Amino acid sequence: MSDAKEKQINKNIPSFNAGDTLAVDVRVVEGGKERTQKFEGVVIGKKGAGVSATFTLRKISGGVGVERIFPLHSPMLKTVKVVRRGKVRRAKLNYLRKLTGKATRITEKR
Amino acid sequence: MRGLLGRKIGMTQVFTEYGEAIPVTVLEVGPCVVTQVKTIDSDGYKAVQLGFEDKKEKHSNKPMNGHFAKAGTSAKKLVAEFEPITGVEYKPGQTFKADLFREGDLVTVSGVSKGKGFAGVMKRHGFGGGPKTHGQREHPRGAGSIGQASYPSRVFKGMKMAGQMGNKKSTTQNLEVIQVDADNNQISVKGAVPGGKNGFIAISK
Repeated sequence: MSDAKEKQINKNIPSFNAGDTLAVDVRVVEGGKERTQKFEGVVIGKKGAGVSATFTLRKISGGVGVERIFPLHSPMLKTVKVVRRGKVRRAKLNYLRKLTGKATRITEKR
Repeated sequence: MRGLLGRKIGMTQVFTEYGEAIPVTVLEVGPCVVTQVKTIDSDGYKAVQLGFEDKKEKHSNKPMNGHFAKAGTSAKKLVAEFEPITGVEYKPGQTFKADLFREGDLVTVSGVSKGKGFAGVMKRHGFGGGPKTHGQREHPRGAGSIGQASYPSRVFKGMKMAGQMGNKKSTTQNLEVIQVDADNNQISVKGAVPGGKNGFIAISK
């Protein structure tokens, strides 16, 4: 069992937590062609463990909040880069959904 | 060989090339040893008897030990019969492994389902139960009426009622084989399989 699970796990993913800003390159396959799409946003939560772990990124795109859930070990994730480490006091940042503008800022961790 | 015996290891998920996560059950399959070949001449029907997983001889009774000795194998925990493929020769002592299955095969898996004990009709048959409010008359989890009065004056056979749920042989058909790991005697099939972890199962094509 552990063998079957470990084979799936992508070991190149940096460790990150809620509040960090990530830049993710996602493979997009359309009509047999493949391209990469960038998605940069704040981690508002991590969920699950092992192969089935996921994380949620939130960004504001054209004034509209966009959230995307990525499976942590999905082969569609080409690269995962931590852009900024944020200092937050909880594991799930669902309160960000109600805030706009300056209030959504997260102080950087040093 | 049409099928093998094995054990359920547990569930996980597997990603496809396009990032789809497929839920799979990992099964330990074989190696299985032929313990007896039944023929029409000697037994009245055709079958191949397989044994799976060793056990100590002291945990097996004398008639069974004699049976295993005849086939030249050690004592086995699980023994079951499979229908032979016509035109293929089987002989006692022959072993079959997980490489019998290929990725993309559709298999049937049987096992003993998890026991739920004496279950009511809502859990066992998905009944709606009685009303919860408005001066409820029927019991909230009750079955309601089980038939008519003077005619037929009896309850029909097979009426869905409360009783033992689970801990009973259960079969799931058409499960796709996703991965075959012949070195570790493991295969992964798409979806769920009856029974708990470490439960014995029979897989057939």
